[in-house]
Amino acid sequence: MSAAPAIHLDGVSLTLGGRPILDRLDLDIATTGITALIGPNGAGKSVTLRVIDGLLRPDSGTVRLTPGRRAFVFQRPALVRASAAANVALGLVALKLPRRERAERVAAALARVGLSERAKDAATRFSGGEQQRLALARAWAMRPDLLLLDEPTASLDPAATETIESLITEMAQAGTTVLLVSHNLGQVARLADETVVLAAGRAVERGPTRSVLFSPRTNEARAYLTGELPWTSFAAAS
Amino acid sequence: MSQTLQETFSRLWTLDRDVLAIAWLSLRVSLTAVGIGLALGVPLGALIAVARFPGRGAVVGLLNTFMGLPPVIVGLILYLALSRSGPFGTFGLLFTPAAMVAAQAVLATPLVAALTRQVIADAEAHLGEQLRSLCLSAPQRAGVLIYDARFSLVTAALAAFGRAISEIGAVLVVGGNIDGHTRTMTTAISLETQKGDLSLALALGLVLMSLVLAVNAAAALLRGHVAKAYG
Repeated sequence: MSAAPAIHLDGVSLTLGGRPILDRLDLDIATTGITALIGPNGAGKSVTLRVIDGLLRPDSGTVRLTPGRRAFVFQRPALVRASAAANVALGLVALKLPRRERAERVAAALARVGLSERAKDAATRFSGGEQQRLALARAWAMRPDLLLLDEPTASLDPAATETIESLITEMAQAGTTVLLVSHNLGQVARLADETVVLAAGRAVERGPTRSVLFSPRTNEARAYLTGELPWTSFAAAS
Repeated sequence: MSQTLQETFSRLWTLDRDVLAIAWLSLRVSLTAVGIGLALGVPLGALIAVARFPGRGAVVGLLNTFMGLPPVIVGLILYLALSRSGPFGTFGLLFTPAAMVAAQAVLATPLVAALTRQVIADAEAHLGEQLRSLCLSAPQRAGVLIYDARFSLVTAALAAFGRAISEIGAVLVVGGNIDGHTRTMTTAISLETQKGDLSLALALGLVLMSLVLAVNAAAALLRGHVAKAYG
């Protein structure tokens, strides 16, 4: 286990469409475990993931990543009009694996998410939960060192959410560094070892998940959490 | 008038050899040209859609302009290129079906490329980030997006076929409308109308329209059938 951070963002700023999204963002993510990135809409969570993955180039600041393979699972699973197996195999194209190993990894990934029987079925015909399982299977097959998840269970039912969460946990336990963006604070509490609160493009608070969620130290984190925690809303409604 | 119609149907009914030969040549020339147009235009349009390079906007504008290339101008330029004193004169292609294929391919390629670019740009809006995240190169991304959008690209193929089979300017100039050699349905219809052989012109017109209809129907059926499986 290395002490060097897997992700190191130093003073990263980014303006999109004339709107500042990230504002001198500093962020260090540990090499192990699951880190959650939470914060209100427009705080820059998804953009941060895209900057880390190299999909967006920051205007200023530096992004340093520990060398290794990355996989990104988006909120809306991006699947090609092809079979489930072909969609998983797509993640392995850039790895230039021998054909036999590629086939083995595809089969293993589909088996892991319970979609072996549907390997040849059209992925775009799958239900929302199945599609997200497939997207995660694609990431799983890549055996990434860093897994970026952008609200992977938004709009999924509880059963599908549970399956996805168990897969994420399993990948983290196997040594993958996981960075999870989620609005589901129950999920953050269940999965994340560490939590970072973003507000207006800056990391305003970070620490062990329980301490961030239950005793936030900054006003921004407190304001976000009191407005968003599901049990707070239930208490207010009853 | 009624006599003309009677003759028209009699020619169709008896499958007049002239009509068949002309229809077969037209179909051969246009389908080959569309094949070339697809082979060149689809990858070109897809690459322009996924790649980011300086002057991309100008290339897209040029491509869209080339969609409306006047066939007779294409014919004229190819005529100059293929004529004895032109750069490709030594191949002796002028007034051959090969020259007509080349002319129609020049018309079909930018049309296919421009329509492909639009279709692939739409597909990229949905899949582009994921494909870039998977570290695929621009040609690899273009390939995946072409596969993803294959049903929509049938429309580009049909548009190209429609343009090729129905044009007259280019094939007339580079083909020369030589009887039994380079006479297509459109050039024959024009000639027979001028000569007053309206029954042959009408028979050819009906065959031409039936062919276009048949190709469109086949494509729609195929697209519907396969799209049902893949959504």
